[in-house]
Amino acid sequence: MTNILLDGSPKTPTVHFDGATGQLELRGRSIPENSIEFYKPLIDWVDHYARSPKANTRLRVQLEYFNTSSSKCILDLFKKLETVRSRGGDVIVEWHYEADDEDMLEAGEDYQAIINLPFKMIQIEEVDGK
Amino acid sequence: MVDRIFDLYDELEKQRIMLSFKGDLSPDLISALLSLVERKMNASEPDNRVRKRVFNVVMECLQNLYHHNSRTIGEAGDSKRTDDPQGVVMIAHEDAGYSVLTGNYMAKAEVSELKQHLDHVNGCEPQQLRELYKNKLGDGKFTKSGGGGLGIIDIARKSGQKLEYGFVPLDNDNTFFSLNVNVTS
Repeated sequence: MTNILLDGSPKTPTVHFDGATGQLELRGRSIPENSIEFYKPLIDWVDHYARSPKANTRLRVQLEYFNTSSSKCILDLFKKLETVRSRGGDVIVEWHYEADDEDMLEAGEDYQAIINLPFKMIQIEEVDGK
Repeated sequence: MVDRIFDLYDELEKQRIMLSFKGDLSPDLISALLSLVERKMNASEPDNRVRKRVFNVVMECLQNLYHHNSRTIGEAGDSKRTDDPQGVVMIAHEDAGYSVLTGNYMAKAEVSELKQHLDHVNGCEPQQLRELYKNKLGDGKFTKSGGGGLGIIDIARKSGQKLEYGFVPLDNDNTFFSLNVNVTS
């Protein structure tokens, strides 16, 4: 399947979804006015990937900001990864947060509480490529 | 009008307004305003967490203005009519912290639902707000703007204080909605 490679913009994150390695990444900011439009191709991609996933799938989330309009879309991405897991794939979500950003840590814990996927909380100094 | 400029300036100065904008809000303009807020906050606030909270609140408030706006300026066919949402946004830097003030016209029919939502959010303790957020996030419902009613809850969580609001009726269809969100530094 075709990989997704998107450069970040002031309102949208850098996206790197690699179907051959099972390595997925969202990094930067996700604050568009129309998040559904931005996320639909990403969610469709994971939906497609879930049909024949790699043995190990890792989603790295490294966001400095995300708006509430993105939050439901990000939840949908996680739900598609639950499907990967229910089909026997190993899935891990690595949720990154800046050392003094307890709001971002809480946001990760909120997802962890409602999504049936293993989360790893990773503290970093600064989101890459700010 | 020219003699009003000083009065306007003086009033903004007295209210310790560090940024103020009134007019049409396009996605590009929202980007420009957010970038300005970021620069100003970097200069005025040493605490990264406070900087992020203010940025988050401004971002959600601007997107509320953008999505929940009734366009009352001019009738159809009027040359002054614009299809972009209109609003006002101000950020005041006070001793205790920052205030994010926004205002816009909204449909009168949606007022009672919004007021109910604001009162409910204002009645919640921080832990209850977090639960409310998680329940709404996980309920599988999307609204037109995509947020599913999470915006106000998120604003209240980032503020940590009660939201101050007001409604001023304009005519049968439109009401002016004002919101003041405090973020302590």
